[in-house]
Amino acid sequence: MRTTERKAIQHKSGFWDVVKSLVSGLRLTWKHFKNANNRRTPEYVTDKNYFNQPDGLVTLKYPYEAIPVPDNGRYRLHNEIDDCIVCDLCAKICPVNCITIESVKATEEIGVTSDGTKKRLYAPVFDIDLAKCCYCGLCTTVCPTDCLTMTPVYDFAEVDIKNMIYHFTDLSPEQAEEKKQLLAKQQEEMAAAKAAALAARKQG
Amino acid sequence: MLAFVLTLVLLLSIVIVLAYAERKVAAFMQDRLGPTEAGPYGSLQSVLDVLKLLQKEDIVPAAADKSLFKLAPILIFAAVFAGFAVIPFTPDLVPAGIGIGVFYLLAIISLDVVGLLMAGWGSNNKYAMLGAMRSVAQIVSYEIPAGLAILSAVMVCQSLDFQEISYQQGALMNQFPGLEYEMNWLFGIEALGINTTTIGGITTWNIFRAPILLISFIIYFIASLAESNRAPFDIPEAESELVAGFHVEYSGFRFAVLFLAEYSMMVLVSLVAVILFLGSWNTPLPNIGPVSLAYWTTGTVGEVSSILWGGFWLLSKTFVLLFLQLQIRWTYPRLRVDQLMHLCWKVLTPIALGVVLIAGIWRLLMI
Repeated sequence: MRTTERKAIQHKSGFWDVVKSLVSGLRLTWKHFKNANNRRTPEYVTDKNYFNQPDGLVTLKYPYEAIPVPDNGRYRLHNEIDDCIVCDLCAKICPVNCITIESVKATEEIGVTSDGTKKRLYAPVFDIDLAKCCYCGLCTTVCPTDCLTMTPVYDFAEVDIKNMIYHFTDLSPEQAEEKKQLLAKQQEEMAAAKAAALAARKQG
Repeated sequence: MLAFVLTLVLLLSIVIVLAYAERKVAAFMQDRLGPTEAGPYGSLQSVLDVLKLLQKEDIVPAAADKSLFKLAPILIFAAVFAGFAVIPFTPDLVPAGIGIGVFYLLAIISLDVVGLLMAGWGSNNKYAMLGAMRSVAQIVSYEIPAGLAILSAVMVCQSLDFQEISYQQGALMNQFPGLEYEMNWLFGIEALGINTTTIGGITTWNIFRAPILLISFIIYFIASLAESNRAPFDIPEAESELVAGFHVEYSGFRFAVLFLAEYSMMVLVSLVAVILFLGSWNTPLPNIGPVSLAYWTTGTVGEVSSILWGGFWLLSKTFVLLFLQLQIRWTYPRLRVDQLMHLCWKVLTPIALGVVLIAGIWRLLMI
């Protein structure tokens, strides 16, 4: 180690050695300047050239160009509310409690999801606070209908932190209120019917 | 007055281009993109930078020596800009054609040092003071090798008039009053018997008329880097140590003026190098027998063609040197203070003295 150091110092001390090293420095920067026509291309990580860029500019014009993210990358959550059966599993498994779900029972069957599961619950509130989210992906693994997924979107910074809460419900507050009243009415009727049936049995 | 306005406009446009080129060249050499957003390929970036600076508040520190602080940027820029007065831009266009141009230029540029010291002292800031002291020490030291290198060119040309030196380096030599019967010989040696008076082009540039001037050109170029505080001699500014050297306390318009003065200095030293060593506004293409390339690319003196050709050659040579300055800045690391002084006093000055001696002998061979 020490001998190599000494050798390096001796090697660079002659006049012509210094001139040579100065010129080689200029040649290096000139080479980079000359290759400035070449640009890095936004390639996927599996591409053969991903780690192998021989020359040219390495930066991308980010908002206009970006390197594609991996398919299994964990970025912004998205809930396809049409496929959601409001089972609350995601909210239960979430380690940071960033998912808030309120459910209202439907008075009848409201439809089927794309994989054939019957939907029986409305979700007047389905909020995910992505400022709290730790991007662990547990919610997507427990989701029985695969409606909760992670998208390749990672650039969603906001000025106001309130905007980091994403609302996925498809009901307006009025509709939600209406559904609640429908349910209350149905339960009232059922309770009344039950009471009537009970009274009838008592009499009989 | 017209010459003043024209020179100022020309200088401002060159500086704007240079500031943009600096950022782009730096980016390309470091495999980056540089400015891309303002205008096509970011070309309006430096214009916007200037507009931004002009909008900024003009802050004068409470404890500063206010009169010195306010006067310094104006003095620095005036000193550099006054140097442009004697620069011949074309065969018949020179803002002030005085006979002792070289002497005047060296004297007026030295005034710059006073302004730097005023700025550093007036700021009442230790970093500004340190930067100013380093800057002054460096500029004063490097004036010696630069002056000796210029002296060798002046000895070969036997003139202190930039325009006369320019005429000597081209095929138009005999058109200058007083040089009607002068002759250029290849490498300045009459014994070789090759008369290059009418060949012109690169064969009559000073570095070919007297090849020893090639060494003084290199010395002058290195010294000029130090005089304009450019890397690798940028210890007065040393972003990583002194924030910004002597102009750390300046803002807004005053900072813009200092910035302008710094870039003007770069342009001026490159212009002087081109005029003294690289054939001034003369074309590099020689006349070869019937193919009189030199005359075709020079134009007729007194007509628009000579103004266009002369300006074109002078500016393109200057831009080549400016590019070299930029490339050097982004290639070499900064010298230490002791290395800087070692290079100046123990390397460049003795070599420059030797070159002056040899240039004198060479001049004897030329007549």
